[in-house]
Amino acid sequence: MKIHEYQAKKIFKDYGIPIPEGDVATTPEEVRNIAERIGKRVVVKAQIHAGGRGKGGGVKTADSPEEAEKVAGEIIGMNLVTHQTGPEGKTVKTVLVEEALDIEKELYLGIAIDRAWDQEQPVIMASEAGGMEIEEVASKTPEKIIKVGANPVGSFSGFQGRKIAYGLGMDKPVVGKASKIIESLYRLFVEKDASLVEINPLLLTKDGELLALDAKINFDDDGLYRHPEIKELRDVDEEEPLELKASNAGVNYIKLDGNVGCMVNGAGLAMATMDLIKLAGGEPANFLDVGGGASAESIEKAFRILTSDKNVKAILVNIFGGILRCDRVASGVIEAATNMNLTLPMVVRLQGTNVEEGRKLLQESSLKFEVAEGLFEAAEKVVALV
Amino acid sequence: MSILLNEESRIVIQGITGGEGSFHAREAVEFGSKVVAGVTPGKGGTDVDGIPVYNRVIDAVVNEGANASGIYVPAAFAPDAILESIEAGIKLIVCMTEGIPALEMVRVKKALKGTGSYLIGPNCPGITTPGVGKIGFMPNFIHKEGNVGVISRSGTLTYEVINMLTNLGIGQTTSVGIGGDPIVGSTFVDMLELFEADPATDLVAIIGEIGGNAEEEAARFVEEKMTKPLVGFIAGQTAPPGKRMGHAGAIISGGKGTAAEKMKAWRDVGIKVVENPAEIGKAAVSILNS
Repeated sequence: MKIHEYQAKKIFKDYGIPIPEGDVATTPEEVRNIAERIGKRVVVKAQIHAGGRGKGGGVKTADSPEEAEKVAGEIIGMNLVTHQTGPEGKTVKTVLVEEALDIEKELYLGIAIDRAWDQEQPVIMASEAGGMEIEEVASKTPEKIIKVGANPVGSFSGFQGRKIAYGLGMDKPVVGKASKIIESLYRLFVEKDASLVEINPLLLTKDGELLALDAKINFDDDGLYRHPEIKELRDVDEEEPLELKASNAGVNYIKLDGNVGCMVNGAGLAMATMDLIKLAGGEPANFLDVGGGASAESIEKAFRILTSDKNVKAILVNIFGGILRCDRVASGVIEAATNMNLTLPMVVRLQGTNVEEGRKLLQESSLKFEVAEGLFEAAEKVVALV
Repeated sequence: MSILLNEESRIVIQGITGGEGSFHAREAVEFGSKVVAGVTPGKGGTDVDGIPVYNRVIDAVVNEGANASGIYVPAAFAPDAILESIEAGIKLIVCMTEGIPALEMVRVKKALKGTGSYLIGPNCPGITTPGVGKIGFMPNFIHKEGNVGVISRSGTLTYEVINMLTNLGIGQTTSVGIGGDPIVGSTFVDMLELFEADPATDLVAIIGEIGGNAEEEAARFVEEKMTKPLVGFIAGQTAPPGKRMGHAGAIISGGKGTAAEKMKAWRDVGIKVVENPAEIGKAAVSILNS
C-alpha cells in the first residue's frame, strides 16, 4: 500500500526524523495562511502517489503568501501527468506547503527488502546522488550506492549508521545526526511492516542540518492486518476504480489495455493465460485470479468486474479444477451468465476434476459458450471472437 | 527415488482440526501419504479420522516419529508454527499459508539457517512424490511416477504442467511448488541441487514468474553445476510494471524482474524455454527422446 508524502512525513515526525516546517491544505486560502505562518519562502507540493511531480509542474516555490496562494490555485485541481501516472494523469486535491531551505547537498537514503538468496533481509541504501531515481543511479553508477544489510532479529547497531554516514563523506557533527536518522528509519521500516522507505532527497543545509525533503513509504500488504493505524491512511482516490471495486469484492484484478477479458483460478495460471492471449495475436484486458473457491457467487462478482471494463469484447474462462470440481465451476459460470444476461461471446476451458461433466453442462446450457480443451486452443478461439 | 518426500517421511499436520487442515490431511491419506499425527494447541488427546492430535509438534516427534510437517494455520500464527517445527527438528517443513508479512519470513529464514531443515513455501501448493505421498494442495489425480522433476513458483499453473506431462505419459520423481512470496523457505537453487543429485531424475521442468531474481540465480546454478537438461516457462510476459500480480512476489519494480530478462537468462545457460506454456510437455518429450 502506498501513502502520500505528507502522511509519510507525519510518521517520520513520530520517529524523530527531522522534516521541514509545513502543513497540508486543500484550498489556496489555506495555503496562504500556512505560508503566512511559516513567514518565509515556501514550496507548494502536489500530493499524489506518483513520482516525478516536479517535472510535471506539481511542485512550485513562492516568495510571498500571495504568490503561494496563486501557485496553489494552479496546482490544486490540476490534472498532473508524470512518468508514473500514465497519460491520463491524476487530479490534485491536496498540497503540502513547506518552508524552502538552502541546499548544501542532496543525499539519498532508503530501505527495502533485498530478495537475493544470500541477503533476504532489509538493506539500507545511501548515495551522494540524491534527488535522482535510485534505479538510475544503480544502473549507471553502482559505485555511488552504499549498501548495508540489516537483520531485524538483532537490533540496529551504531556502526551501521556510521558506515553509511562516513561513506557519504560527512563530517563529524553531521555523522551523529545521520546515524540517528538511519536508525529511526530502520526502526520505522521494521515496526510498521514497510516494504520500502525512501528519503530522496535527504537534505544537508548550509548550517549542517539534515532534513527529509521528500518522504516515501510503501507498506507490505500482508502486514497491514497488524497496523490498523496504517490501513486508515489508504487513499482510495489514488486507485484504479475497477481495481478498487475488485479488491472490495475480494477478487484479485488488475486492469490492462486490451479487449480480451479473462477469468482464471490461480495467479500463475492467470498470468500465463494473459501471455497465451497475446501469443495468439490478441491483447488481454485484465489479470483476474478468481481464487480457490470459485463459487457461483465469486464467479458472478468476477464477471461483473471484468465486464465493467467497456473495452472487453470477449471473455476467456480458464479454470484448472483440482479440489474444485469442473462441474461446479460450469454451473457457476452458467448461473452467473444467466443472472447477468451476459451477451459477450465467451470461451470456457475447463481442465481437471470432473471435466467431462463440466463440459457437458456447458454444451447443454441455453447459453452460447465455446468450449475449448487445450490451453492454446482456448486463447486462439477467444482471440478469433473479438 | 525422489527429493525430500520419500518412504521414510512421517507427516504431522499443524492445524489439522481446522477446515483446510482436516480436508487436506484426508486427501493426503487417500493419496497414500503417511500422516502420523496432527497438532492443534488445546486439542491434544483428540483425533481426526483416527490420526492422533497433539498440543505440540515435539509430542508428535517423540510419540509418532514425525519428521515432516504440513502447515495449514492462519498467517498471523504461521511463522510461529514454522519455528516450532524447526525447533522440534523436523527436516521437511511445508507451509501452505498465504499472507505472511515479508519481515516475518526474514526472521524465520534466519532461524532456519544452519539447521539442515528444508522449508517449502509459504504461500505454496506443497510437494508431491508420486507413489509415496504428498503434503499440500496438489490434486491427487494429476501425478504419475516417473523421471521428471518439477519446480514452480505458482499453483494451478503447476497442476497444468504436471497434468500435461502425465497425459503425455511422462511421470514425475517429485513436484515442488516453492511459493509465490518475496521470501520463500527454499529457492529454485535449493531444489535444483537436490534434483541434480537424485539419480531417478533425468530432466527438470522449471516454471518461474516475474519479480525478484530467483530465476537469474537458478540460471547461475544451472551454468555452474547442472548436468541434467531443463525445460522452462516464465509467466507474466504481458504483466505491467509496478503491479503485484496476485502473488506478493510477482511484481516488476524499478524495471527489474521482467519475464524477458528471465527468459534470456535461462536461454543463455541452455534451458529450453517455451513461450507457450502449452508446449512445455512437448519440449520435455523431445529432450527425453533425444
